[in-house]
Amino acid sequence: MSASRRDFLKLSGGAITAASLPFLKVLPASAASDVIVAVMGQTINSLDLHRTGTNRPSYQVAVNVYDRLVSFGTKVTPDGGVSYDYSVIEPEIAESWEITDSEMIFKLKPGGKFQDGSPITAQDVKWSFDRAVSLGGFPAVQMKAGSLESPDQFEAVDDLTFKIKLIRPSKLTLPDLAVPVPFVINSKVALANATDDDPWATEYLHKTPAGSGAFKVAQWKPGEQLVYERNDDYTSGPVPEIKRVIVREVPSPATRLALLERGDVNLSFNMPNKDAKELSEVDGLAIQTTPIENSIYSLCPNLAFDAFKDKRVRQAIAYSVPYQEVFDAGAYGRGEPMWGGPSMTPSDIAWPQKFPYATDLDRAKDLLKEAGMASGFDVPLSISLGQIDWMEPVALLIQENLAKIGVNATIEKVPSANWRTASLVEKRLPLHLETFGGWLNYPCYYFFWCFLEGHLFNSSNYRNEEIEVLTLETLHMPIDDPDYAPKIKRMIEIIWDEVPRIALWQPALSVGMNGVKDFEYWFHSQLDVRNLKGV
Amino acid sequence: MSGRFKTISLRIAQAIPVLFGVVVVSFILTRALPGDPAVYFAGASATEESIAQVREVLGLDKSLPQQFIIYVGDLLRGDLGQSISTGQAVTDDLARRLPASLELTLMALFISCSIAVPLGVMAATKPGSLRDHMCRVIVTAGVSLPTFFTGILLIYVFYYLLGIAPSPLGRLDFIYIEPDTITGFYLIDAAITGDWETWFGALKQLVLPATTLALFTMAPIARMTRAAMLSALSSDFVRTARAAGLSSSKILYGYALHNAMLPVITTLGMVFSFTLGANVLVEKVFAWPGIGSYAIEALVASDYAAVQGFVLAMAILFVLLNLCIDIAYSLIDPRIGFEER
Repeated sequence: MSASRRDFLKLSGGAITAASLPFLKVLPASAASDVIVAVMGQTINSLDLHRTGTNRPSYQVAVNVYDRLVSFGTKVTPDGGVSYDYSVIEPEIAESWEITDSEMIFKLKPGGKFQDGSPITAQDVKWSFDRAVSLGGFPAVQMKAGSLESPDQFEAVDDLTFKIKLIRPSKLTLPDLAVPVPFVINSKVALANATDDDPWATEYLHKTPAGSGAFKVAQWKPGEQLVYERNDDYTSGPVPEIKRVIVREVPSPATRLALLERGDVNLSFNMPNKDAKELSEVDGLAIQTTPIENSIYSLCPNLAFDAFKDKRVRQAIAYSVPYQEVFDAGAYGRGEPMWGGPSMTPSDIAWPQKFPYATDLDRAKDLLKEAGMASGFDVPLSISLGQIDWMEPVALLIQENLAKIGVNATIEKVPSANWRTASLVEKRLPLHLETFGGWLNYPCYYFFWCFLEGHLFNSSNYRNEEIEVLTLETLHMPIDDPDYAPKIKRMIEIIWDEVPRIALWQPALSVGMNGVKDFEYWFHSQLDVRNLKGV
Repeated sequence: MSGRFKTISLRIAQAIPVLFGVVVVSFILTRALPGDPAVYFAGASATEESIAQVREVLGLDKSLPQQFIIYVGDLLRGDLGQSISTGQAVTDDLARRLPASLELTLMALFISCSIAVPLGVMAATKPGSLRDHMCRVIVTAGVSLPTFFTGILLIYVFYYLLGIAPSPLGRLDFIYIEPDTITGFYLIDAAITGDWETWFGALKQLVLPATTLALFTMAPIARMTRAAMLSALSSDFVRTARAAGLSSSKILYGYALHNAMLPVITTLGMVFSFTLGANVLVEKVFAWPGIGSYAIEALVASDYAAVQGFVLAMAILFVLLNLCIDIAYSLIDPRIGFEER
């Protein structure tokens, strides 16, 4: 987006008075309660989620500027924070839908409008869905998770009726329509800017969004800031209370901390756990920490490494981890403990839930002895340089305890550009830390990615015949099927016994607020500004 | 004068093989980096298939010589390629970020020189005296503190505690609108458009980061000024000037300092280059959208086009810098003729 001053003034509309310069004369933005200044450490590199190379922080644009057919509900968490509600699917662009075993038919809201005022039609939805499955990369993978694989499945029946032909009935399809990926683009605008080389208008949409969402992008300066401006004619939901949100990129956590405390910014997104812990005592600041659903930070013993082929050795490792110290040093106690469960058999299908391991070095030594490894062995413990803030203290603590049971671990730091290839693609790290979190909040979905042989996040090279069968059986099965819960319990029991992944803790997302409230947590862990309110 | 012009053209021509070497070396070195950009940019849950697709889009499925030919062809058209990590054309990124870094560095050097040169002169006039030692202590302290520490300390004192510095939010607080881009230097652009409010806003933002860098760069300049002044003051022409009864300020500033400038300028060139590098940490602390943090992030992500663009831009910058320094030599000291060399 060209950021010339004239355009910006035009976009900012009435907010600019005759005084030519400041668009916000008084700084402490708390004074102007409909303007919010947010800071984050990461950078937004594209306004188009579907494009190759778009990074995670950029997904917030798809959330705030675009709409989907459906969305999730909102709920209040036990500690008083606001969170999305996975159990409720609400209309967004669609008004109603019907689901049969072979198709889903969506009726769009009549009167739905894009930000340029043109109507939202089923053709736009069709074009956007075709784009999501055709451009490849992550969007195609995420669509596939919901059994949405080919443009042939999507059909615009008439202007307000959109049909999806199902490959198979699956409980994952409807929630997968509410993740950021299948957002609806104004296809008329996009097509007008498409070229023969670029039929999906990736170059245009990369810098110029064309959506119907609650906010417009008023300015984007890559590497510096993104300014959202409220869409006053929003048709897919309630118009936000906040008029403008300025998202500024500040790489240094210390600087973000000072800015938030001074009140010059209202919201610090994704704060380091250490800062969140320190600030939780400070008056006037609200720190909201929400455990990230379906996500576990794990220690993974790789079965391709000889010593770890024996499950008793893996169990010994699981008994040797100093869980409490690891949680305190790596997460500053923010998140949910995932150790010390009462029984080797799960009582319910909650996921993630506490693994039945706790620090017990004698037990670990016995298990090693049983496995014929009493004299121990050498193993490299790999961590990513990109996540050194928590991985390094955790690895050091684990290394120390492993030494007590005779296992000599050497810490190997892998550059972040290499980490994914080494750990997930080549799956060659004998013992390493891993962080998978699933967007679709079902245990079977977690198992699908992490415990099936050859699947991407199964960095332990684990294979168990029963898990292979049960996971594929449960993946698309409705959760109210009487077979579902028993099968999931069995799956959890198996991986507890065989521990191809040793759960450390469930991570959390911390957001610091000064002068704003009601930050809404979403599974995608990106900044959703639609629900924010001034205090 | 025509001789000088000819020499300058010759010097620029001599830079061409250097730049070609830089192009080749940066191309090979980026490819030798560990890590696979296709995998990195395909995202967390990409499959084999989608990684292959990304690799094709990035042109990484071609052989290295083919990639090199394409790269050089693009370069000749002035296209540095597309940075994957920022999603922008590398030329745009550099055009926006290089001025930010240069503005900060030049400002820092300006502050640094205006303190360090007088300090050095002062120290040289009375070597071994109290003020000589004072000077030594000040500059040593400055260079000993790591820049990220000085930066955070300054923010803590002047922003957090005293509240007199503006929020450390980059080049311009968001209450101002950036000036139209003419040179990319906010101070210059705002001055050209006569927008003094923004000019002042940009200056305020510059003070803390520039001071941080200036503290770090004072030592070499002050020490070199002192050493050069000492040798100048003990030389024959100063003795002659003293004997001839010239005023001490005339001797000090008119003759000694003039002659001591050569090594100081040389040092300044070196300081400039390492300051551009040392910028990275200051940029992070002050959220300065400069070239240093850009290069680091590109390196971490194996973002080939961005790294190559950065290296090339730096190479050109240094060729020009050295040229400027050589010209400055000949202006300061007429004995250094351009023609003969």
